Amino acid sequence: MSHEGRVLRGVVLAVVVLGLIAPIALGLWQTGRAAFGILPALGRDTLSLEPWRDLAALPGLATSLRLTLVTGLGSTVLSLLLATGFCAAVHARMSNATGARLLTPFLAIPHAALAVGLAFVLAPSGWIARLLAPLAGWERPPDIATVNDSWGLALMVGLMVKEVPFLLLVILSALSQIPVARQMAAGRALGYGRGIVWIKIIMPQVWPLIRLPVWVVLAYALSVVDMAIILGPSNPPTLAVALTRWFSDPDPAMILPASAGAVLQVVLVALAVALLIGAEALGKRLGRWWLRRGGRGLSAEPGLWAASAAVVALMAVGMLAMVSLLVWSLAWRWSFPQIWPESFSLKPWAGAQRGWMRALGNTLVLAGATAVLSLALAIAWLEAEDRARRSRAAWAEALIYLPLLVPQIGFLYGLNVGFLQVGLSGGIWAVIWAQALFVFPYVMIALSDPWRALDPRMIRAAAALGAGPGRRLWAVKLPVLLRPILTASAIGVAVSVAQYLPTLFMGAGRVATLTTEAVTLSSGSDRRVTGVYATLQAALPFAAYLAAALVPAWVHRNRRALSGGVT
Amino acid sequence: MSLDLDALSIRAANGLALFAPLSLQVPAGAVVTVMGPSGVGKSTLLDAIGGHLAHGFQLSGAVRLNGRDVTHLPAEARRIGLMFQDALLFPHLSVGDNLAFGLPPGLRGRARRRAAVEDALAQAGLAGLHDRDPATLSGGQRARAALMRTLLADPAALLLDEPFSKLDAGLRDEMRAFTFAHVTSRAVPTLMVTHDPEDARAAGGPVVGLTSPEGRRL
Repeated sequence: MSHEGRVLRGVVLAVVVLGLIAPIALGLWQTGRAAFGILPALGRDTLSLEPWRDLAALPGLATSLRLTLVTGLGSTVLSLLLATGFCAAVHARMSNATGARLLTPFLAIPHAALAVGLAFVLAPSGWIARLLAPLAGWERPPDIATVNDSWGLALMVGLMVKEVPFLLLVILSALSQIPVARQMAAGRALGYGRGIVWIKIIMPQVWPLIRLPVWVVLAYALSVVDMAIILGPSNPPTLAVALTRWFSDPDPAMILPASAGAVLQVVLVALAVALLIGAEALGKRLGRWWLRRGGRGLSAEPGLWAASAAVVALMAVGMLAMVSLLVWSLAWRWSFPQIWPESFSLKPWAGAQRGWMRALGNTLVLAGATAVLSLALAIAWLEAEDRARRSRAAWAEALIYLPLLVPQIGFLYGLNVGFLQVGLSGGIWAVIWAQALFVFPYVMIALSDPWRALDPRMIRAAAALGAGPGRRLWAVKLPVLLRPILTASAIGVAVSVAQYLPTLFMGAGRVATLTTEAVTLSSGSDRRVTGVYATLQAALPFAAYLAAALVPAWVHRNRRALSGGVT
Repeated sequence: MSLDLDALSIRAANGLALFAPLSLQVPAGAVVTVMGPSGVGKSTLLDAIGGHLAHGFQLSGAVRLNGRDVTHLPAEARRIGLMFQDALLFPHLSVGDNLAFGLPPGLRGRARRRAAVEDALAQAGLAGLHDRDPATLSGGQRARAALMRTLLADPAALLLDEPFSKLDAGLRDEMRAFTFAHVTSRAVPTLMVTHDPEDARAAGGPVVGLTSPEGRRL
C-alpha cells in the first residue's frame, strides 16, 4: 500500500470512529448511567435501581410496550410478506428501471410528511370518509377513531406505506444479482408452480442479501417517534413517544426513568432482531425439510395476487396522502362531505410565511451540510479502499449499519448530555453532527455498489497512462460516477430532511425545521398550515431526486454509455 | 529499450505460487507471447508487471525497464502501457479527450497537444471523430482508439491482455496487423498474454509457456 493510501485510510478510520461511533457509544454510556441513577447534573451520583422502579410505576408502560411490539413487529412482518408477494407476482412483468421510478416518491417523502397526509386521508373528516359519505349517508364526520386509534392500526398503515417500497427496492436490487428467469424456468420444468419456485428457490437466495435492511426496518419501526406522534395512539403512546415526552418533561427528575426506558428500548430492538435471527434458523430447518419432501404444493398464485393488491392499495393511499398535503395547504373553504375544496387561497402560505421561511432555511442548511459531509466521507472511504486495493471487511460493514440499528432514543439524550459538557449543545453544529450519524450510512450504502461496479480495468488503464491516484479520482471516477453520486446525495438530503429526534434533542428546541414544525402543528388546529409545512417538507427531497436525475442527463447528454438507465 | 523479468513469481493470499519463477527478456520492438489456458494467472502476471496487483498477492523477483528496477514503483510512474480485450475508453470523455488523457504533460501548448491527438486519430483512421462519444464508435474504431491512447502516452513497454479475443473474426486479423505494425515501428518492447495460438503466430516473436510451480507445463 502506498504512503498516501495509508494516510487516507487512517484519516477515514479516525473520522468514522471519532465522529460516528464514539458519539453513539458515549450516548449509550451516558444514558445507561442515568438509567442506574447516576446523573451528576441533577446531583445524583449513587448507583441505584430506583429509575427502573419509577419506570415500572409509570402509568401505561405495559400498554406502551405492547403497542410498540405489535406495531413494530407487525408492520415489519406484514411489509416483508407483501413486498415478497408483490415481487413474485410482478417481477417478470416490470423492468427494474420502471420499478425504481414508481418507488422514488415513496422513498423520498419524509415519514412525518407522509404521516400528516395519511392523517388527512384517513381521519373521520378525511378523503376516504368523504368518498364514503354519500353511500353511508353521513352528514357529519363519523365518530370513529381512524387516526390515533388505540390499536395502532393507522400507525401500522403509515409505517407500511414507507416500508413496503423500501423493501421492494431492496428485494429488486437483490433479484438483479440472481438469474431469476432461468431458475424459474428450471423449477417450473420440474413441476413446481410459479409461487412455489419463488418460495423454495428464489427467496432463500434473496434473504441473505436483504437481511440487514430488514433489521434496519425492524429497528426503525420499533422506535419511530415522529410518525407515531402523528398517527399512533396518544394515551398511552408507543414506548419511543412516551420516552420523548418523559425526556422533555418539565420535571428534570423524569430523565432518570426515561433513561431506564431508553435502555429498555435498546433491549427491545435487540430482542426483536434476535427473534428474527431465531426465526431465520427455524425457517431454514423447516424449509429444508419441506424442500426435501419434494411436494409440488398447491398453487400460491392467489396469495401472491392478494399481496399485490394490498401493495397497490397501500401505494394508492400513499399517493392520495401526498396529494392531500398540497390540496389542504391551498384549501380555504372545504366543508364535509365535499370531495374537493369549495374555494382555494394562498392565505395559509402567506400567513405562515415568516415561520416556514425560517424553518425552510434551517432545513436547507442542515440538509446541505449533512449531505456534503456524508458524501465527502463516503467518497474518502471508498477511495481509501481502492488505494489499499482491499475489499471491505465485515466489521467495517457493520460499523456503517450500526447507527441505523441502534434506536435513536436510546443514545440521543445521553449524547446531548455529552455535548452539553463540551458546550456544543443547542446549536446548529450539534444538530448537523447528530443528523450526519444517520445520513452517512444511507449515503455510504447508496454509493458503495455503483462505486464497486466501476470496471477496475478502466482505472488500471488510467494508471497505465500515467494518471496518479488524485487524477484517477477527479478525472475518471467522480465524473463517471456523477449519477450515483448525485443519487446518493439526494438520498442524504431526504434522510436529513426527515430527521425529527436529533433535531429536537440536539437543537434543544431552538433549531426549528420543517419536520419539527410539521410534527408540532399536526396535533393542533389548522390543517391548512400543517399542510404548508408538510408540503414543503415533502417537496425538498422530491426536488433533490429530480435534480439527481436531470443534472447527469444534461451533463452526459452526448455520452450514451452514461446517460441511460436508473442507478 | 527492453523489458526484463527476473525470476518473477507471485503468491496468492493462500501462500501458493501461481506459476514457476519466470525470467524473460523482451527487446525493443519485439513481441513476446506468454501462453497458457485461462485461469493460470496470466492477467495477474501482467498486473504484477504493470503495478496493478491487488492486495494479498506477494511478489518476488524483479521487473526491470531498460535496466532500471521498477518493481516497487506505483503503476502511474512505470510508463508501462496496458491493453485489454475491451477498449475501456473513458465513457465521460470524447474520443479526442480520451487520447489527450494519455498525452504526457511535457508536451506543452493547446495547439500542439491538439495536433498530436489529431495526428494519432488520422493514423488510426479516425480522422474527424475527435468530438464523438466513444459509445457511438464501432468495435474496431474503439479498439484502434484505445491503442492510440496507449501509444500517445509514450510507454517504455507495452502489455497486451488477450487484446483480440473479443473482436469478431474479420476484425481480429485487421487489428492484429494494425497493432503489431505500430508496436514494431515504435520499437516498444511488448509482452502479450493469450490463449489463442493465432495471436502468437501473428506477433511473430518468441512464445513462452507459463509453467506450474512444480515445473509441470500448464
